[in-house]
Amino acid sequence: MTGVSSDVVRVDAAPLLAIDGLTLERGQSRILDGVSLTLGRGETLALVGESGAGKSTIAFALMGLIGRTEARIAGKMRFDEVDDLASLNERGWSRLRGRRIAMVFQDAGAALDPCYTVGGQLVSVLRRQLGLGKREARERALALLEGVGINDPEARLSAYPHELSGGMQQRIMVAIALACNPELLLADEPTSALDVTIQAQIIRLILTEIRARGASCVFVLHDLALASQSCDRIVVLYAGQVMEAGPSRGILENPRHPYTRLLKSCVLEIGTTTLDPPEGGVPSYDDMPAGCRFATRCPNALQRCVAERPPLAPEGERLIACFNPEPRS
Amino acid sequence: MSETSLAGQVPAAATHGAETGAMAPHDLPLFELLDVEKRFTITRPTGFLKREKRSLAALDGVRLTVRRGASIALVGESGSGKSTLLRVLLGLAEPSDGKALYCGQPVNEMRARDRDFARSVAMIYQDARASLDPRMTVKALIAEPLMHFGLCGRDEVDDRVRALLARVGLPGDIAARYPAALSGGQVRRVAIARALASEPTVLIADEAVSGLDVSTQAQLLNLLRRLKREMGLTLLFITHDLGVASYLCEEIAIMYLGRIVETGPTGAVLSAPAHPYSLALRRAAPEFFAPITDPLEGEIPSPLDLPKGCRFATRCAFVEEDCRADEPVLAPIARGRSVACRHPLHEAERSAFSSGVPSPAPPDRPATGGAELSA
Amino acid sequence: MAVTDMSLDPSVVPAENTKNAARKPRRRSVFLRRPFFSLALLVALGFVLCAVFAPFIAPYDPTAQSIEAMMQPPGGEHLLGTDSFGKDILSRIIFGARYALTIGIVAVLIGAGGGLVLGVAAGLSAGWLEWALMRLIDSILALPSLILAIAVIAILGQGVDKVILAVGISLIGPFSRTVRSDVLQVKAQLFIEAAHLMSIPRLTVIRRHILPNVFFPLLVQITVRISEAILVSSSLSFLGIGVSPPTPDWGLMIAEGRGFVSFAPWMSGMPGMALAILLVALAIVGDAVREEFDPKLKRAQ
Repeated sequence: MTGVSSDVVRVDAAPLLAIDGLTLERGQSRILDGVSLTLGRGETLALVGESGAGKSTIAFALMGLIGRTEARIAGKMRFDEVDDLASLNERGWSRLRGRRIAMVFQDAGAALDPCYTVGGQLVSVLRRQLGLGKREARERALALLEGVGINDPEARLSAYPHELSGGMQQRIMVAIALACNPELLLADEPTSALDVTIQAQIIRLILTEIRARGASCVFVLHDLALASQSCDRIVVLYAGQVMEAGPSRGILENPRHPYTRLLKSCVLEIGTTTLDPPEGGVPSYDDMPAGCRFATRCPNALQRCVAERPPLAPEGERLIACFNPEPRS
Repeated sequence: MSETSLAGQVPAAATHGAETGAMAPHDLPLFELLDVEKRFTITRPTGFLKREKRSLAALDGVRLTVRRGASIALVGESGSGKSTLLRVLLGLAEPSDGKALYCGQPVNEMRARDRDFARSVAMIYQDARASLDPRMTVKALIAEPLMHFGLCGRDEVDDRVRALLARVGLPGDIAARYPAALSGGQVRRVAIARALASEPTVLIADEAVSGLDVSTQAQLLNLLRRLKREMGLTLLFITHDLGVASYLCEEIAIMYLGRIVETGPTGAVLSAPAHPYSLALRRAAPEFFAPITDPLEGEIPSPLDLPKGCRFATRCAFVEEDCRADEPVLAPIARGRSVACRHPLHEAERSAFSSGVPSPAPPDRPATGGAELSA
Repeated sequence: MAVTDMSLDPSVVPAENTKNAARKPRRRSVFLRRPFFSLALLVALGFVLCAVFAPFIAPYDPTAQSIEAMMQPPGGEHLLGTDSFGKDILSRIIFGARYALTIGIVAVLIGAGGGLVLGVAAGLSAGWLEWALMRLIDSILALPSLILAIAVIAILGQGVDKVILAVGISLIGPFSRTVRSDVLQVKAQLFIEAAHLMSIPRLTVIRRHILPNVFFPLLVQITVRISEAILVSSSLSFLGIGVSPPTPDWGLMIAEGRGFVSFAPWMSGMPGMALAILLVALAIVGDAVREEFDPKLKRAQ
């Protein structure tokens, strides 16, 4: 791991990405509530949590896909030398999006344009972003498809997305995302629509390509086991708040935050014989407590948790936002 | 009919009776598939104004026995024929060849004869929201099977709906709501309550817990487990998640390209898979801190161009020359276990293929999450 | 790129906690949340009231002619002026609302009834029957509603009842097409298969599951198409083949004022305005009804 940062303030050797107090409100709902995280160069980070945790929202915000009219954004997102991604205008974004920050979407079938061939889409990205000529772009496209493990790339270039299987579509998404050698790849649940055997192929593909390029990657995942397999560090989110963050092994082997513990206790592995999930689910935004949003379901909740927000405090290598964490084991 | 008497003995509110097997007067399996084949004919253009008719076998020689009180997981990738198998079992599709029997009678005849089959075999769809009429309240949705099968009088409906909702862990005031106003987890519970309303013997579930948050999924799995135990249900669970299969089902049937390639007790099959495809599935399932392996190359071939010989031969890591000669049939290898492979895997091969995986020999690798809880 | 992100939508957050949901204050009333809808509804209701109580509201007899008061501009004794026969335009508009609304509503009901029968039959049938029904619908649709209405008038002759029938028949085509596509859509839904699995008889499935799901979109269609019916009937009168002259019909009034537009624009303008206001109001009401009362669009609170 290159940029292990145990604290947002105490950052070593300028991380690639540093989000500080990111808050996003849509109407009356505060979807992200003071999210802070850092990502070093060459590092892989997993955002995990249940639906409504704001994982995808963070990825979309990092991609500049959330318009100022739809949501109010506060806080800072520093990316390399760009001081705040949120303050970029569309022109500034066009220099970053697709070139230095790229994204692999959950549903490749919906993200690829059904009216154009795979080759057409790939070539147009290469020509627009890298200014390549027609022939050059085509050659590069062939090489990219080959790189993401597509047999007979020549034939695939002239295929339409619907003629390809889900796994193949996702490979093409990866090829498009990697076309300009981005420094940061965002992968939003890249495999949740795929079979497990294909999932393993795609995750491995993304990891290999990322490492070969020395790029960083933020995965949005709901599968903790998969996160432990693919990422150096994880950030556990609940209803738009960071609960616990740090090295994935440490956190998943010994979760300290009650929510991380809950999540992990619900993970079903082969041979799991008992599950003991708490009843209930994430409250709606109108019923969110002012303090720790997990307080309503937390087995460790104290009186102050509901009213007072626990700070994201460093503890060893990790950060925990909890007044009453589980004891170290 | 025997199953009428059986059904009569299983009241909806039964909290006892895990010994449904004892109630069955005979050992006739509930469902029996005998070399079921389902072919579809498709026409595809081969040139200008030229068409070619081709036969596609979605199911090919499927043998499966569902005993009373069993719980079977049907596992396989998309395109393996799980959904077609389901339609055959439900009597929605007629097998092209072979027999699909329910209590010794062809499923289609049983469905056509009277409502008994429809009452005893209940279905939970993967897309629970779409399986519920959006213009009916939860109460009307659950009351529909109650009234249709004449299970209670008009004046009892309210109480029965309330009892069924309570049974699936939902508050009674939800009865007045429409499905659109419920969360994903609640909608699945309503679908389960509706399936239970007809007091079924068999519950068939198609990916009933997929696409949910882990905590909701865990709640539903525990609910299904409890219901199975309390009501003595026979469970047929289609899933792609081996964890779900091992948590909920005692038996497992692994499908590949329209065939069942391995069956047996879930624990035994998953801890020591005999078919290379089962092993690949097992290895592909995410596992804490294990390095990600790429267990299976390529993708499932099209059923239009089946490979010669064993249909898994194109992707098999252990393929040998004679595998491509002719197709292996599902044959018993151990007690309760069958595999359709010419060269079933041995311990040495499994560990050689999957270095870095903890030994699957019993006692099983302690489940990281469960161990802490059960301790 | 067509990317949908569920977690971006705050309304999709699971509200498993039903106790909390029950405690929440009720939503604000529709009328407060949709001011345009309230305004449009008031306007539409105003027209209805005018139509019902026309004899009590109208200051003059709508057919009374007066040579002294010919072509008076708006204001003074005649609020909206008079026409070339000295008839009071305001009174004629108020009485005209009766004709417009009666023709619109009854014609739409005829069209919706016919369309429902034809559309459901076409959607549920198969084979040659479906083919025949579809060709029938196609042939109705092949002619624009105005042309079809003119053809029917040509056969039946003039008069208010004939206009209603003509407009109604001309609307059967569009209605049956939308009903059929709704039936096909509902028929493919999973809950229909689920009902089939329960061995619920086909007719019961149609009555209990298909018709209610088709009926609601039909109601929305009705509110939207009332304006079309009014427009077609006014067009017929404007062309001189709808209702006959002394009747205070808006289309007829616009036609009568046509020759005097340069120096007495109010003669065509006032009934035209009344028509436009009613149509816009009905359109807004129709849209709001669809958005507000469709349970499919209602989300978890």
